[in-house]
Amino acid sequence: MSRTIPAPQSAAPASPSPGLAPSGPPGAAVEPEHLVVVRSRHPWRWVAAVAVAIVVAQFIHGLVTNPGWDWGTFAQYFTAASVLKALWMTVQLTVYGTVLGFALGIGLAAARLSKNPVLQVVSWTYIWAFRSIPLIVQLLFWFNIAYLYKTLSIGVPFGPAFVEFDVNDVISGMMAAVIGLALHQAAYSAEIIRAGIISVDAGQLEAAAALGIPKRRQFFKIVMPQAMRAILPNAANEVISLFKGTSIVSTMAIAELFYQVQVIYGRSGRVVPLLMVATVWYIVLTTLLSIGQYYIERHYARGSARSLPLTPWQKARTRIRTFLDTATTGRTPTRAGDAR
Amino acid sequence: MSAGATAVTSEYAVEILGVHKTFGSLEVLRGIDLQVRRGEVTVILGPSGSGKSTLLRAINHLERVDTGLIKVDGELIGYRQKGNRLHELSEREVLHQRSSIGFVFQNFNLFPHLTVLQNVVEAPVSAQKRNRAEVETEARALLERVGVADKADAYPRQLSGGQQQRVAIARALALRPKVILFDEPTSALDPELVGEVLAVIKQLAHHGTTLIVVTHEIGFAREVADTVVFMDAGVIVEQGPPQQVLDAPQHERTRTFISRVL
Ligand SMILES: Nc1ncnc2c1ncn2[C@@H]1O[C@H](COP(=O)(O)OP(=O)(O)OP(=O)(O)O)[C@@H](O)[C@H]1O
Ligand SMILES: [Mg+2]
Repeated sequence: MSRTIPAPQSAAPASPSPGLAPSGPPGAAVEPEHLVVVRSRHPWRWVAAVAVAIVVAQFIHGLVTNPGWDWGTFAQYFTAASVLKALWMTVQLTVYGTVLGFALGIGLAAARLSKNPVLQVVSWTYIWAFRSIPLIVQLLFWFNIAYLYKTLSIGVPFGPAFVEFDVNDVISGMMAAVIGLALHQAAYSAEIIRAGIISVDAGQLEAAAALGIPKRRQFFKIVMPQAMRAILPNAANEVISLFKGTSIVSTMAIAELFYQVQVIYGRSGRVVPLLMVATVWYIVLTTLLSIGQYYIERHYARGSARSLPLTPWQKARTRIRTFLDTATTGRTPTRAGDAR
Repeated sequence: MSAGATAVTSEYAVEILGVHKTFGSLEVLRGIDLQVRRGEVTVILGPSGSGKSTLLRAINHLERVDTGLIKVDGELIGYRQKGNRLHELSEREVLHQRSSIGFVFQNFNLFPHLTVLQNVVEAPVSAQKRNRAEVETEARALLERVGVADKADAYPRQLSGGQQQRVAIARALALRPKVILFDEPTSALDPELVGEVLAVIKQLAHHGTTLIVVTHEIGFAREVADTVVFMDAGVIVEQGPPQQVLDAPQHERTRTFISRVL
């Protein structure tokens, strides 16, 4: 089949003899491939763009010129050792919270989807409880755990203990924070994982069962990769919100990013630039996480569409090329150029 | 579970004895008896809701039957007989039994995140513990045989329906099954794609693979079937060679059905 695009306004049939096409007015006989597409113009788009650009420019102008922002102080503290150390603590809290939270979440999701009613009820109750208790309240419980249980012992349930620990020795402030964040995270990730698993078509499991694929393999090789498509966007949301949520443990005097900038501005009184230090770091790391998310999602999108969409980088290059061509000639380059 | 010991005693690839199955209060299979000889093609016809899919799914134990026995190659499916007791097999054992029964679904059910080749290779490697390289060579030959060799590295969604179903057939064949069960393999296809899938199934029939095919394609049944089975309301109304069941049906219900379908 020919893929030649028909002329949009050709009333007359194309000239039968190629090479002899007359250069007449539109509508006259012109070889279809010599016709030029003129894009329609959108004046209101320009008006809206200019209006928004003015507001943005004013905002940036304010950021630069208002002395209140105090960019000198910002620069001084942005990469200060104490700030970087605190940032590292924030990253650690996020990583531990995410890894432990999602590990426990997988277990909870599996329990809820299992055929065992006891496991189902336990999982449901856990999720219900940890979604009901505000994170800050839960964290405060963990910090005061020694008040409830002075010692921690390993031994026979309800029977004699083999080893005993002092709770305050075992559970440091950081550990209490990790436990609190992970347990909280587990409840949410369990629901996200469960939603992903039940979104996989039942026919997939049926086909896997009919082929005799072992149960574990069915789960990890057939179900999970397909569930990941539904899990990932929500999981990324959770990681990002946990990352920023770590600032809540500043109330427990753990030296993470937000706590550290509070300490510094408590001393120097320069609140705004130090808040900006924390803000910019949060933005930088969230951006990195978002980029990572994009590429992980792309990885799991294999086979989901007939062809993968372009990455933003590839798209930007195509756009810029198209834009430049349009700006210089006032018309789109060629149809083929668009598709590239 | 030793198939070898019992296999010699049976000339049948599939034996179904007195099978009943109820869903809630609905009795879907009401005493089915059917024997399928090795290397023969059995086509099951019948109106919608007559229990054809349920019967097929019972053969590879995707559906558990209430009473009755099902044997594949002389081996009891889903149970182990000790004296006059039937002990349910573990899930692992059932999966192992299934890996020697091919099943082709109406809507293909290929794994969309795996390439065509990976789809075919997966079960022989994970369920039958065969050598991957060896299976891949065999898989490519099978893809060649069903006419999609050039699509080995494509993903299922990049294929037409007919190509997908042919891959699904290759996937079933890769297990070197004792019997292949087809549940309306062409019903989800556009009319012009039906022929290419039926051609592949015919070719299997000529190679002496044991096939049980649920279909509405009467022409296919007449041309390929050794036995045609007509089911209605959970019972086998009549069975026999195609000339008999299709051209000279004994029962009124068969006659009405065939005149409606033709
Ligand atoms: N899991 C189930 N639960 C309840 N009823 C079921 C279930 N599966 C099948 N049925 C019922 O059993 C009957 C037989 O179904 P079956 O799918 O075997 O019919 P069929 O002969 O394959 O029909 P078709 O030609 O439409 O595919 C139908 O009435 C159906 O509604
Ligand atoms: Mg059916």
